[in-house]
Amino acid sequence: MNAAARLAVVLLALGLGGALVAAVLELPAPHPVLPEAVAAHMAVSGVEHPVTAVLLNFRGYDTLLEVAVLLLALLGMLAAGPGEGVAPAALPAGPVLQTLARLAVPLMILMAGYLLWAGAHRPGGAFQAGAVLAGAAVLLHLAGLLPAWASPGLLLRLGLAGGLLVFLAVAAALLGQGALLRYPADHAGTLILLIEASLTISLGLILAGLFLVLAARRARP
Amino acid sequence: MSPSLALDILLALALLWSAWRTLATPDLTRAVVMFIVFGLLMALAWARLSAPDIALAEAAIGAGLTGALLLDALGAWKRQAGEDKP
Repeated sequence: MNAAARLAVVLLALGLGGALVAAVLELPAPHPVLPEAVAAHMAVSGVEHPVTAVLLNFRGYDTLLEVAVLLLALLGMLAAGPGEGVAPAALPAGPVLQTLARLAVPLMILMAGYLLWAGAHRPGGAFQAGAVLAGAAVLLHLAGLLPAWASPGLLLRLGLAGGLLVFLAVAAALLGQGALLRYPADHAGTLILLIEASLTISLGLILAGLFLVLAARRARP
Repeated sequence: MSPSLALDILLALALLWSAWRTLATPDLTRAVVMFIVFGLLMALAWARLSAPDIALAEAAIGAGLTGALLLDALGAWKRQAGEDKP
């Protein structure tokens, strides 16, 4: 690319950026009504943290569909490749990494439990806790302590789908209330904790699966 | 200049710099590492914007899991390239 063309591209990009900034600055100041609506209904949500209340109660079906999408992504990966064959042996790793993994993984599981529990009244929740669990699984695999998943067994399949199944079961049981996922105010906290606990395990397995299924595929000659 | 404003300006500059390095560096390993750095800085920026929930998700999923997946893909690609060569 010669100098003139490069200059033209830079000028175009600067002009576009400037126009974008000007357009954003010209937008009228937003008048948020949703925060007030959330604050007004916090008492019946069953939790004390507004983000968790929105994710699991007021907009619960969004979260339900997100989990379904994640599970579908993993199912697609499992369906794409051959499922038979022995799981490849874990990669060899140095003793320092193995020791670190053995020390860190119990702490990570504890951290996931804390994040899950904390989600009711402060930042945290199933997605973050699940991501920490998945990180622990990936660390174990990299340290050679956890083999890749060539073909998930029944228990693992149950764990992968369990979060979505519990979520769907709760939604189905509450259909008589007249609206999707409208929890009775008295039991909202318990139901949300039940859903979040099962989601944590499933999301951890699904996110770890994105890593470990690929690892099994690659190790096969 | 108050310390928090100085931190915000530093954070914004570091974000732009790491994003630029991620895209511009010819070395793929360095690009992945810079992507992880970008994710961690982004988590700090979310925390500064009073969005701790997004900060947690960004640090765990954006920087941690995505970074690990990218590093793994890079390692697999290099191994494959090494096997094809002999």
